Amino acid sequence: MSLLDDGPEWTFALLQEYDLEIAALAERFRLTTYPNQIEVITAEQMMDAYASIGMPINYSHWSFGKKFIHTEQHYKRGNMGLAYEIVINSDPCIAYLMEENTITMQALVIAHACYGHNSFFKNNYLFKTWTDAKAIIDYLVFARDYVAKCEEKHGVDEVEHTLDACHALMNYGVDRYKRPPKLSIQEEKHRQEERERYLQSQVNDLWRTLPKGQKQAHHQKSRFPQEPQENILYFIEKHAPLLEPWQRELVRIVRKVSQYFYPQKQTQVMNEGWACFWHYHLLNTLYDEGKVTDRFMLEFLHSHSAVIAQPDYNSPYFSGINPYALGFNMFMDIKRICENPTEEDKAWFGKMAGANWLDTLHFAMENFKDESFVSQFLSPKIIRDFKLFSIEDDTKQSFISVSAIHDELGYRDIREQLSAQYNLSNLEPNIQVYNVDVRGDRSLTLRYYSQNERPLANSKEEVLKHLHQLWKFDVHLEQENADGSVIHLASCQSNTDASL
Amino acid sequence: MSHFIDRRLNSKGKSTVNRQRFIRRYKQQIKRSVSEGVGQRSVTDVDSGEEISIPKRDISEPIFHTGQGGVQKRVLPGNDQFTRGDKIERPPGGQGQGSGDGDASDSGEGEDDFVFSLSKDEYLDLLFDDLALPNLQATHFDTLTQYETYRAGYQTEGVPSNLDIVRSLKGAMARRIAMTAGSRRELRELEEKRQALIDDPHDNALAIEQLDEAIAELNKRIDKVPFIDTFDLRFKNYAKRPVPSSQAVMFCLMDVSGSMDQATKEMAKRFYILLYLFLTRRYENVDVVYIRHHTQAKEVDEQTFFYSQETGGTIVSSALKLMDEIVKDRYSPADWNIYAAQASDGDNWADDSPLCKQILEQAILPVTRYYAYIEITERQHQSLWREYQKLESEWDSFVCKHIVSVNDIYPVFRELFTANTEKTA
Repeated sequence: MSLLDDGPEWTFALLQEYDLEIAALAERFRLTTYPNQIEVITAEQMMDAYASIGMPINYSHWSFGKKFIHTEQHYKRGNMGLAYEIVINSDPCIAYLMEENTITMQALVIAHACYGHNSFFKNNYLFKTWTDAKAIIDYLVFARDYVAKCEEKHGVDEVEHTLDACHALMNYGVDRYKRPPKLSIQEEKHRQEERERYLQSQVNDLWRTLPKGQKQAHHQKSRFPQEPQENILYFIEKHAPLLEPWQRELVRIVRKVSQYFYPQKQTQVMNEGWACFWHYHLLNTLYDEGKVTDRFMLEFLHSHSAVIAQPDYNSPYFSGINPYALGFNMFMDIKRICENPTEEDKAWFGKMAGANWLDTLHFAMENFKDESFVSQFLSPKIIRDFKLFSIEDDTKQSFISVSAIHDELGYRDIREQLSAQYNLSNLEPNIQVYNVDVRGDRSLTLRYYSQNERPLANSKEEVLKHLHQLWKFDVHLEQENADGSVIHLASCQSNTDASL
Repeated sequence: MSHFIDRRLNSKGKSTVNRQRFIRRYKQQIKRSVSEGVGQRSVTDVDSGEEISIPKRDISEPIFHTGQGGVQKRVLPGNDQFTRGDKIERPPGGQGQGSGDGDASDSGEGEDDFVFSLSKDEYLDLLFDDLALPNLQATHFDTLTQYETYRAGYQTEGVPSNLDIVRSLKGAMARRIAMTAGSRRELRELEEKRQALIDDPHDNALAIEQLDEAIAELNKRIDKVPFIDTFDLRFKNYAKRPVPSSQAVMFCLMDVSGSMDQATKEMAKRFYILLYLFLTRRYENVDVVYIRHHTQAKEVDEQTFFYSQETGGTIVSSALKLMDEIVKDRYSPADWNIYAAQASDGDNWADDSPLCKQILEQAILPVTRYYAYIEITERQHQSLWREYQKLESEWDSFVCKHIVSVNDIYPVFRELFTANTEKTA
């Protein structure tokens, strides 16, 4: 078997050779993927891609400009390197390679993004449920054109205000339990006009004043919405009384984009871990089969170990648990448990010890998200290797206490807490639409269900101003504590000008 | 099978729109920063952009998130000293150990400024925002019509020097291909037939000979088609269209007598630079004429203008006379937009000042679009200022301004060119 050229310069022909070899291996390991579309870009284009949240197309908004300027500034000063790759969950799966990388890095990226991430996008249940890889590019084209059209019709400022307000609530534009309808450009266009008319009539109906006094008293107790709604943007799109149809469409666009990123937020550890596991595995197999040189391997291992490094809690480089490190080590550990289980593993993982590693790995990748993945597969060995410990910080105490460390007593606690740490509902405060005073002043009340007595940060006032921009009547925010007591947190009244 | 695409040549300005949106949104803050910066800018530095900083809290995008407090549990890696139940003193500042999840910057509570660079164009746009050239309503550009020659496709006739060779030969090749197509097809068929006969084990000498003759005949026919024909020739076509004049000349007049020290000259220079930059944004071509004077006036280059020292008295009219001569000589008002800026500390021979007024009134102001006089002095105004004051009330295109320190320059400049044209009313 002949050696592949190890560059360091790359050519398209050489990239193709590497891709062929890696693809053949990937197939052997049953990595099913969307077809790959690999695009070579310059550093500047990479910064463009960064700025538009990694999407090849997006509507125009100042916040993307801010992000671009920020990235550019940091990059120029040498404060940060650019990521080696960006990969987009689309069909075909678009991956960007940066021009200035060596062939080794390009091969690493191809293995990591085009076969690792790509297979994850295609097979993980969250992605399967919540995103439609085929339609996303079309949808973004639709969104971009629609926003541009609105800007022409209603002015850049109007559109910007609406988008600003939507962005502030973007994290609350996600359905967690329903399968959204599939998006396609034809469908969107087709249904859009109809929707505009229909929505407006619905809304008008809702606000029709009913002059029957006795009935009103009777209805006072029922709330609208009857159940609290967690998707605030959806609620606004459907029920905000004074929004123009085009504004509803903008709300919808932001909501859809947010929904598209929902699975990615919840599978960071798994997604990166899976991709790292496979670039490590695929390139090592290439080496074992004598297809790449020692020099290639050394450069690859150098980059690889930098990516999966985990600084300690007291290191100046520490910035939380590195998802690449945790994910990679957990997948490696699953393989180890399958192949060489210890007594401890047998006690913890039962049937999994000694099972086929490839089957187990695919099963883990397909059916979990970070939260459940950690609670299912984090082994005592990983806890020991990472020397994990958990701390409890209670403002009522004058000290921070160590609640568990990497010992027999602590394994389960740490596993549970780390899993909770990846639970999205623990990361983002749980805020829901609680009530609309339909028969009164039409004010909207949000309710924050606090957990662990954690307060909301001061930014809530600003966010309420944005919400008021969309709702256009009074907006209130209240907090429900664990003991059921409710306190009022903030309001944005109609007469206070929401000057932004 | 993966599909590779080379996108490196695609346009890279994908974020330009968003960048412009950002600048547009924070124009007020950025403008403040620009105005503050202009005082500190090096005088010779006219081609670069500008570092801008905006307080981060002004540009934060608020989202709901939890603040400090309550019960918080975290799992951390790298335990080196703790056992279960240890109590650790809370680090000062209320921050938990380590650096959170980057919330500090998202919340907009970080106090660092958001610093970035403006490009030269963006910088100048902001610097001269709301400013306009005065008196354009009175005398419009299009009175100064020039003609511009531009390429306008091809024609079949023309002079040899306009012959477009590539285009002509392309045409010739197309014609040759079209005209010989039939013959070549026949030729190919005959050659195939001939080959078949040669490969045939039987003796076909006679038939081959006939074919050879036919082939030679066809070749001759193909060769007869001329390589190039007059029919193929294409000539570049030129047409003329009127264009408004886009050239301007800027006269810099400065007193270099002993009373003008280097600091005063630096101030004058800043003013000239602003004016120059401003004009280059409006006109494609800006000529600058430097005239310095004491008792005599002289046209000099930039270096001498700003940095050489002279002594002696001051006669301003000498410079005005020279400017008038140069205008008549080189810058016909029909072709050029003439601007002038004069800087002085106000010294002049008392007798000379009325003469200055007369020259300006009769010769210079009628042909210039704008004449700005800035007096850089901390002393009382003298005769020159008083004479000029009279002019200012009579002419829209003449202004005089008083500058005391460097910080006045930009505000005065803005005042001079504010788009709001109350003066014309």
